[in-house]
Amino acid sequence: MNKLYIFLKYFFIVVWTVFVVAPFLWALTTSFKDFQSVNGGVTYIPWVDFEPNLEGWKVLIKSPAKGGVDIIEPYFNSLFVTCTASLISIILGTLSAYALSRYTFKAGFVKNNDITFFFISQRIMPPIVLSIPFFLFLSSINLLDSLTGLIVVYIVLLMPIAVWIMVDFFNKVPREIDETALIDGCNPYQAFLKVVLPNSIPGLIVAGMFCIIFGWIDFFFAFILTFTEVQLLPVKIVALNSSVTPWWSLSASALVSVAPLIIVAFIVERYLSKGNLSGAIK
Amino acid sequence: MDLVANNLSYKPDDQYHLNEVSFNFKEGNLYTILGRTLSGKTTLLKTIAGLLTPDSGEIEFDGKNFLKIPVWERNVAMVYQQFINYPHLNVFENIAFPLKQRKIDQSIIKEKVMDALKSVGLLGYENRKIQELSGGQQQRVSLARSLVKNAKILLLDEPLVNLDYKLREQLREEFKNLFSKGLADETILIYSTTDPRETMELNGEVIVLDEGKVLQVGPAKEIFENPNSLKVAEISNDPPMNIIEAKISDNQIRFEGIDVEAPQHLSKLTEDGLKIGLRSSDIELNENGHEFEVELAEISGSETLLHLKRGDTKIIVSIEEVLNFKIHDKVKINFKINRAYAFYANGKLASSPFGGLNG
Repeated sequence: MNKLYIFLKYFFIVVWTVFVVAPFLWALTTSFKDFQSVNGGVTYIPWVDFEPNLEGWKVLIKSPAKGGVDIIEPYFNSLFVTCTASLISIILGTLSAYALSRYTFKAGFVKNNDITFFFISQRIMPPIVLSIPFFLFLSSINLLDSLTGLIVVYIVLLMPIAVWIMVDFFNKVPREIDETALIDGCNPYQAFLKVVLPNSIPGLIVAGMFCIIFGWIDFFFAFILTFTEVQLLPVKIVALNSSVTPWWSLSASALVSVAPLIIVAFIVERYLSKGNLSGAIK
Repeated sequence: MDLVANNLSYKPDDQYHLNEVSFNFKEGNLYTILGRTLSGKTTLLKTIAGLLTPDSGEIEFDGKNFLKIPVWERNVAMVYQQFINYPHLNVFENIAFPLKQRKIDQSIIKEKVMDALKSVGLLGYENRKIQELSGGQQQRVSLARSLVKNAKILLLDEPLVNLDYKLREQLREEFKNLFSKGLADETILIYSTTDPRETMELNGEVIVLDEGKVLQVGPAKEIFENPNSLKVAEISNDPPMNIIEAKISDNQIRFEGIDVEAPQHLSKLTEDGLKIGLRSSDIELNENGHEFEVELAEISGSETLLHLKRGDTKIIVSIEEVLNFKIHDKVKINFKINRAYAFYANGKLASSPFGGLNG
């Protein structure tokens, strides 16, 4: 019974691992293939099945003049836009969430819950609905096809996520903790910074991860709001496609674009396993 | 330095949480706020701390308008009934927090925190995480944090209510020792509780609060001996005082076919609708007494609480030993009638065995 249990456990772990890792391996081998190796039937093992070459990777860094696509600049554009927008969203979102969780707002029939819903409603609408207003808005302030414009749009898209997660989180932090901080001599800002925020790190990490993921993978708005001046990675990857699909360079760029998310996941996982996230608030 | 309140009222919804509350607290004294749940105890403490602003009324401390001073500058300390500490700090850092906030020298902080730890019996725990402590220990940490500040006003909001029986007894004893050592002569100590026994043991000045209104103010002994109304008698006794509707005539107290000779302090009362109040401990089992039927018998600790019934009259008797009864058993009881209270139909005290009013 016990041996069977252990066997089954490892069996499923192996199956699941294959399931999860296979696409990455597939992309990795494909990135080293050339036209013949991709189209000449199923091949897996380099040097045995096919002759690996670096063409797929070289295309990514060669300038267009030399027949490449140069994803380096879009890559850093994407990193910059995602990180800046996520950071600003987290800061603004956390502050708004704290206010919504602790203070009572009232303007006519509009109350706290309505304001929270207003934030979330930004995500309920399909992106296509938002695209035209965003386009007109950015063009009226001359920010179309610019990094700043993209950051503004991404803040609008990411901040609701941060507000949503953090309101829920702050509601679970007992109000008495803030009150005790006030009684112990903190003004409201100090109470927030010295007591509430250090106890909200798990929520901040979750909100941050969601912002980074949603910002990083967005194609739609990056596609609509940029033309030639700036380009983001997802748009550039799609632009790789031509009459002959270059599976090798598509695979290579897919791996490069997933890399930052994998790094974030590993850091958070380390942090999780140290137990720093659990037990902060009962 | 006195803490004086005038006509504090607070009505956030359709019910008063505080209704025209006034008091005059003097330094170096212990005040107990006694009231049932939702009577406004926590609201009153939060108002004193500055966490709530009353709709009307004023609070003065040391001659200054307290309502104009924000919480963080009031120099009060408060212990909540939930064990509130800072989860991200260890025991030492928790207790040191209010001192660091005042930018006190590191070595003085250390000395003071160690003193506070010692006085709550937690020496050796300074590097523990808060989550590793038991409920009682967590409450000691929050008590230490409130002691270390040397606050002029110390507020304790039902600090023992969430602890188990044994710990409660033990901590209550320690509280009494701490308080009697004279925390500091200038401290005003305000302790809220629902437990009449706790009130009597702490033996301070008692404020009886109900639905946001102050019903009676006086030393614990006075509240116990001469509750000024039926409500106060109910709130300040556990189990609640037995209330029996009776008639007094010809020197006899009559109810449910029972005639008891009226003691001197009750004999002159002749009004209609009188209610006789008798504590559960002032009724005893007696072979020659009056027959009642057992409705329920509960054993709590070394005590037996008998819920008895005769006609429409229901009473509770507490007996200082563990006895077994069955439902519908008949028991015979005697009333220590010379310890009975009388209340008028409107609930006001008519006469008390301890010499209140007509006695």
